[in-house]
Amino acid sequence: MIRLENICIKIGNFRVEEVSFEVPSGGYCALMGKTGCGKTTVLESICGLRKVTSGKIFLMGRDITRERAANRGVGFVPQDLALFSTMSIREHLSFALMVRKQGAKTIARRVDELAELLGLSLLLDRKPNGLSGGESQRVALGRALSASPDILCLDEPLSALDDETREEMFVLLKRVKQETGVTTLHITHNMSETNTLADMLLRMEEGRIVQPDHGG
Amino acid sequence: MKQAKPKPHRTHSDAPFIIGLCLLGGIYVFLIIGMLVADAAYLSPKEFLHIFKSPEIRYATRLSLISSSLTTILSLWVAVPIGYLLSRFKFPGKSLLDAVLDIPIVLPPLVIGLSLLIFFQTGLGKAIEKVVPVTYAIPSVILAQFMVACAFAVRTMRSTFDQLNPRREDVARTLGCTRSQAFWMVAFPEARRGMLTAATLAWARSLGEFGPILLFSGATRMRTEVLPTTVFLEMSVGNIEGAVAVSMLMVIAAVLVLVIVRLWGAEENLR
Repeated sequence: MIRLENICIKIGNFRVEEVSFEVPSGGYCALMGKTGCGKTTVLESICGLRKVTSGKIFLMGRDITRERAANRGVGFVPQDLALFSTMSIREHLSFALMVRKQGAKTIARRVDELAELLGLSLLLDRKPNGLSGGESQRVALGRALSASPDILCLDEPLSALDDETREEMFVLLKRVKQETGVTTLHITHNMSETNTLADMLLRMEEGRIVQPDHGG
Repeated sequence: MKQAKPKPHRTHSDAPFIIGLCLLGGIYVFLIIGMLVADAAYLSPKEFLHIFKSPEIRYATRLSLISSSLTTILSLWVAVPIGYLLSRFKFPGKSLLDAVLDIPIVLPPLVIGLSLLIFFQTGLGKAIEKVVPVTYAIPSVILAQFMVACAFAVRTMRSTFDQLNPRREDVARTLGCTRSQAFWMVAFPEARRGMLTAATLAWARSLGEFGPILLFSGATRMRTEVLPTTVFLEMSVGNIEGAVAVSMLMVIAAVLVLVIVRLWGAEENLR
């Protein structure tokens, strides 16, 4: 569950004001709005990468407003993916587990599971340089899911993909939703993404939520 | 009324522009190559090898190579954290710190040497001297080289981290890393090429450093004499052949380091 209560964020002259919403556990919420309306800022505040001026953030019932990003249990896929250029795909998928000092067998099992789920088995020993857009997306998604987070935050994950790859990613994101039951917040500009994937829609304008709605 | 159709737009050839660029750049490249060829032509291989018979020059070569390498390591130790700090964090006085770090780049080298000499006359400087003798001793050579070389390494590391996407460290933090882990596991490996460039720059600057060393370390043979000092001392006694030979030695060392670093960098790129 993601719950925001009266979140305010100030960045220079830009303000996100009084943002409140709740995404139930296992829900898939699309957050829509024009570029610059504050969607990414809200997403970053949930991930712990942006300090809020006031208000509270609850994840799975726990107040994590002042919690460090590392301790929030949020998987994050940024818009530019930010893959680690020096690491192999296998290292991407095992990164979060290595940080948590999991054993080699646990890590290997989880990497195989994710590679199977996301169709990355043949790419495990490659580096991100030279991967296609869809492959890079799947790696970023696998990296975010590797530590089995409760929450998944996706910042326009399909915006740079061609139509065919986008359709493939729809299928994959639906499968991830079914198999992991992770609560997802997905920023998008695209109505077809919202209709296909989301069971809840939020719309933002100039730093405010203007239309809490149920779609899908 | 029907308007007259404007004449079709026709452009001139791009050749004069390209030729202009090549000519202006070419003059500089010609001067660099010409300078080195003239140096090489001035000496026979026999004369060049003759310099290694001099124990003073052998000492200066050894001291130059060791002090430049130590300076490079020290510069990286300082430049990587400062570069990262300036690139990733906002804090009060950041612009001032940024300006202070440029001082060694803009100050005349002789002024740096003189300022170091004066610093070691202060209470703090004298206290340091009691523990480690610095002025006119070998540590002064390393310190003088470090003061200049490190500033170039800091600039290089700052721009290296500026060019690396900070989003990667953000993602690492959401995956469970502290800021320190995100630095060591993500940013540091990605900054490898920048560190290589910073090290090359620092090493080359240190090898050629002369002004601060002359003032702060003196030019005592078999003690604080580095290769640029040798060129100065040989020239001052009218031994142009000796000065040119030592200069050629520095050219060869610098070119060797450049080639090794470029090859290593190219190999890293292929990985």
